Amino acid sequence: MKDVNDKVFRALADSSRRRLLDRLYANNGQTLSQLCEDLDMTRQAVTQHLGVLEAANLIATQWRGREKLHYLNPVPLQEIYERWIRKFERPQLSALHKLKHRLEDDNDD
Amino acid sequence: MMTKSKFVYVTYISATPEQVWKALLEPEFTRQYWDCENLSDWQPGSPWEHRRPDRAGTLRLAGRVVEIAPPHRLVLTWALPADAADLAKHSRVTFEIAPIDEMVRLTVTHDELEAGSEMLQGITHGWPRVLSSLKTLLETGRPLRTWATNS
Repeated sequence: MKDVNDKVFRALADSSRRRLLDRLYANNGQTLSQLCEDLDMTRQAVTQHLGVLEAANLIATQWRGREKLHYLNPVPLQEIYERWIRKFERPQLSALHKLKHRLEDDNDD
Repeated sequence: MMTKSKFVYVTYISATPEQVWKALLEPEFTRQYWDCENLSDWQPGSPWEHRRPDRAGTLRLAGRVVEIAPPHRLVLTWALPADAADLAKHSRVTFEIAPIDEMVRLTVTHDELEAGSEMLQGITHGWPRVLSSLKTLLETGRPLRTWATNS
């Protein structure tokens, strides 16, 4: 479990790899050649980055005939969100919720 | 030209294929991590329904069972209740369960999605939450409280 999250954080700790994820977010299901378009990276570098992203389960691949298509897989990001973000934002949300109620109660008086 | 979108979601779960299969179909599991019940006689061609476990059993989604091969493969059509009668508006969801080492790789492919549709917007946030909550339930015995804040 710890290893899996390490892989995800390590995969995200690189701007080129984040850019590849952004490109898949904008247009899901691309081939290697499509992902290489307009990028100042060699095909080998992109292939390597995609390998790291796939090992971290941040992208999933499926074959369509002879084409290998790459899909953004946000499930590991959801796990990070649940573990590292939702937990910390809950107190603030509940504070805001209480404030809203107090203000609304004041209006009623 | 009408473009159809496709999404692929993958999660690895410490469980057996049979456990994951049960967790997808049996209401006692889906209620816990998905806040729903998937109801059908699970025969190819049969209808299936996705209902809230509230008193009214609010219908959220509906479709047909296309293919069912326990505990490895399930293909369903997937539509909002308003589109249930119009098969052309159904999208398609394929669940694939493959054992890998001591784990299971669960792949959910949602395709035949109409660009810009309400369904497309809903699933983009929906599937990651469903799958991470399912994984947590099977691995820890407790689901994520992921649906608690917005219901």
